[in-house]
Amino acid sequence: MNQALLFSVFIVASCGLAYELIAGALSSYLLGDSITQFSTVIGSYLFAMGIGSWLSRYVERNLVARFVQIELMVGVLGGFSAAGLFFIFVWFSTPFKLALYLAVFGIGVLVGLEIPLIMRILKRDLSFKDVVSQVLTFDYLGALAVSILFPLLLVPQLGLVRSGLLFGLLNVLVALWALWLFREPLRNSGWLKTQAFVSLAVLTIGFAAAGQFTSLAEAHLYADEIVYNETSPYQHIVITRWRDDLRLFLNNNLQFSSRDEYRYHEALVHPALATLPGARRVLVLGGGDGLAVREILKYPQIESVTLVDLDPAMTQLFSTAAALRKLNAQALSSPKVRVLNADALKWLEDNDDVFDFVVVDFPDPSNFAIGKLYSAAFYRLLEKHLSAGALAVIQSTSPLYARQSFWCVVATLESVGLVTTPYHALVPSFGEWGFVLAGRRAYQPPAGYSVETRFLTAETTPALFQFAKDMARVDAEVNHLNNQALVRYFEREWRQVIR
Amino acid sequence: MERRDFLSALAAAGLASLPGCGAPAQAALPPGALLGTAIDPAHRLRERNLPPPSATREVPVLIVGAGIGGLSAGWKLAKSGFNDFLMVELEAEAGGNSRSGRNEVSAFPLAAHYLPLPTREATAVRELLAELGVLHGDPRAARPRYDERYLCATPQERLYRNGWWQEGILPHNGVSAAELEQYRRFYALIDAFKQRRDGQRRAFALPMALSSRAPDLLALDRLSMRDWLLAQGLDSPQLHWYVDYACRDDYGTNISEVSAWAGIHYFACRSGEAQDAASDTVLTTPGGNGWLTEGLAQSIKARAGDRLLTGSLVFRVAEEGGRTNVDLWQPEQQRTVRLSAGQLIWAAPLFLVPHVFAGQDTLKLAARSFSYAPWLVANLTLSRFPTDRAGASMAWDNVLYDSPGLGYVVSTHQQMRMRPGTTVFTYYRALSGMSPQQGRAILQETTRKAWADQILTELERPHPDIRQVTTRLDVFRNAHAMARPLPGLIWGQQRALFAADRPRLRFAHADVSGFSLFEEAQYRGVLAAERTLHRLGKSFVTSLS
Repeated sequence: MNQALLFSVFIVASCGLAYELIAGALSSYLLGDSITQFSTVIGSYLFAMGIGSWLSRYVERNLVARFVQIELMVGVLGGFSAAGLFFIFVWFSTPFKLALYLAVFGIGVLVGLEIPLIMRILKRDLSFKDVVSQVLTFDYLGALAVSILFPLLLVPQLGLVRSGLLFGLLNVLVALWALWLFREPLRNSGWLKTQAFVSLAVLTIGFAAAGQFTSLAEAHLYADEIVYNETSPYQHIVITRWRDDLRLFLNNNLQFSSRDEYRYHEALVHPALATLPGARRVLVLGGGDGLAVREILKYPQIESVTLVDLDPAMTQLFSTAAALRKLNAQALSSPKVRVLNADALKWLEDNDDVFDFVVVDFPDPSNFAIGKLYSAAFYRLLEKHLSAGALAVIQSTSPLYARQSFWCVVATLESVGLVTTPYHALVPSFGEWGFVLAGRRAYQPPAGYSVETRFLTAETTPALFQFAKDMARVDAEVNHLNNQALVRYFEREWRQVIR
Repeated sequence: MERRDFLSALAAAGLASLPGCGAPAQAALPPGALLGTAIDPAHRLRERNLPPPSATREVPVLIVGAGIGGLSAGWKLAKSGFNDFLMVELEAEAGGNSRSGRNEVSAFPLAAHYLPLPTREATAVRELLAELGVLHGDPRAARPRYDERYLCATPQERLYRNGWWQEGILPHNGVSAAELEQYRRFYALIDAFKQRRDGQRRAFALPMALSSRAPDLLALDRLSMRDWLLAQGLDSPQLHWYVDYACRDDYGTNISEVSAWAGIHYFACRSGEAQDAASDTVLTTPGGNGWLTEGLAQSIKARAGDRLLTGSLVFRVAEEGGRTNVDLWQPEQQRTVRLSAGQLIWAAPLFLVPHVFAGQDTLKLAARSFSYAPWLVANLTLSRFPTDRAGASMAWDNVLYDSPGLGYVVSTHQQMRMRPGTTVFTYYRALSGMSPQQGRAILQETTRKAWADQILTELERPHPDIRQVTTRLDVFRNAHAMARPLPGLIWGQQRALFAADRPRLRFAHADVSGFSLFEEAQYRGVLAAERTLHRLGKSFVTSLS
């Protein structure tokens, strides 16, 4: 009997920690800033447990029956916490934090009640020192087991929603077990048994239906364009919204913030396109968010824009979700725009089309796979797709934080015979950002802009092309496929920045 | 299992499959085929029950064998404007140890998978690479430019050791200072060999025929690589593993068996440089060295038309009446044809000589002094890249420390693609550490399923889900994959017999050099072609100086 109760301490403790971890993980996942989320969730949870322990003094009779009821409540509330919070976040974005802390508080109070009650049940047969020693030992062991299993097995295999439901089921099973262990003193508790079996059924159904629930939530999300979270075969796409600020993260790297993306995209497109009145055909590589296309379409002479982005999930998202369509001015739905989901390298190899302006807007060269998209071989391929007077612009990471990386891109473009014009602009959410113009002839910056801009003016344009002393050119190797010099520079330089 | 291997396996399995808790359920073995060099026709050689010739055909120059030696002979003949030759090949495809396969995912090698940057003395290799458009500018430049698509992309190689992938193959994590000092001394010795010139000749040249004949160097051919290392005071286990790996990889033979001259040659001969790559970069393609086979074959076809007869077994060679009669069994037509050759270039392995040649007792005896390493190559078609242990990221050549295999190369590594999708891993294993006869018996007896299981078990260490992602596993056996450069072979009397010029017969196989390298096979082929042209009084420009 006592061993059985101690084992239930182990289970109860693991469930208790699991709910805490689930709430912490869910909030950092959805809101970001994991340090704040985990600190506040753990803090409120422990505080609530304290309240629960204090409240336990008011439970005076029918300890076992109360314990069973508490287990059932913890099981249902805790079990559905992840699903419920996710649901609230998706359907009503604003009260999410309120719901989160209410849930954390409620579960915390109930979990805080559990251990004092068990200790009191055990006190009947054991001395005080044995009760404290044994109960707390199993309490901490249960916590250890979950803290190891949670990141290694549960989240990767089951996900947060189903992990939560699994622990809810465990709580209910403990309650059923208690009902069986104490079947003699509880022989008149038919109602309690009914509650337990209903809880068991509800959680089991929840567990079985969890997969459908997740896709339902995402489908709703899609129409409501509030946030988005999807792991496509290529990357993890997350869109966050905070007041009027929409942010796109790919593999946890910020791609834009709607508050200052116009600075980035104007700087990417206009210095080149304002000097190409004869440009008709434009190619955009990467840039599935359609924001560069939005800037390009401001020029009435442009007849066609071909957008090649690897990930259909990206281009589909940015051509269907209302808030994102608003942001890119429905650029991806324009009849002038052709969206292709293909590997840019393969597409350039397989095609003969030439363009008057090419935007190369790939993620930063943080691994060998992306490093290929900044190689001499790639630029040689790119050059074949430039018409006689064409220009290409390449997003080239930060000349301030990754100085040698930036000048490595310049050196690589020059190595294939292109004339380069490096420049930079300040984008607050990124910092000082760099671009390189490449063409067959020398480039002259535009005297002014015929299209509407928020950032660029004729007067400030010359400053884009001036590099301060701390960003001035440094020697860098050419980035070849067989040396991947850029990835090595980039890794070293950004590691220093993060420190 | 190493301790760190164990711990990381434990972590990955999420404590779910503790060793000792019963065998984990294993995915069924992927389908595949057991392929290999045609064993049946070769066995018919021994049975000697093939029919007599039903027709005779005169051939001014006959080349037997269309591996790199034979193709290179044909290439040189055709380039010199001489088209009256015929190449016959036992296998269904030309290429020998430079053959490749292809499926819906990628091309992949069936044997050799790379060519080091050619040395300055490898003039014929440079000439071929220039013709194929891979070497740009002056083929004789000290540091030519190469087509970037052929230069192996970074990262080139990595090693899995103690549960961790490191960059490069020479072990460096947790290696003691004393062992690192031995590494430095080893490389200093190799460097001295690299620098050494005796007159015009490098100590260890590639092709090897151009090497110095200084007695102290030739004496290295009389001891094993292991004994040479120990004599230099080099006993570091890590260094011995590394050198042993190199010997198994290039010669299919252990460090304790391979000649020190050959072992040092591997390290000291590679002096090629490039304008656009580090000197240790290699040239490779998805199909390994298949592009060289295809390049040679196409070059011949463009100049001389179709000169290749495949699937044909030469079973008798006899000098009769001033010509060389070569009897050829064609299993498809079920007939024997006699080819009456004015000149014969034998570009097939030398172990066939005793079974085929009439008379020529000295040559037959000499051929018996060659021994051959059995090999196994497996191609694993994968639905996606497997999960990977921590450390250096996926390279082209991926080696497992302390493993019977030689690791695997990734066929799609050179693809200009951003996202790795499906791929083919080519796994290599030399059946070394036993007699070649034992190795061949194992090759003969082991089923494909048994090989597949062994290989997947080995690769499971760094890639826990390799079984789940392998959709096909083809095993390619080669019972006589390459000559083994044992002490005494390279600078002994017997090999010299095959290198000599004869009035109507020349040998043009890598075996004539004593080891199977593309550069050697090509040199022997071109040399045989040039000697033949000279004998026939045809003019040509030499490719060999």
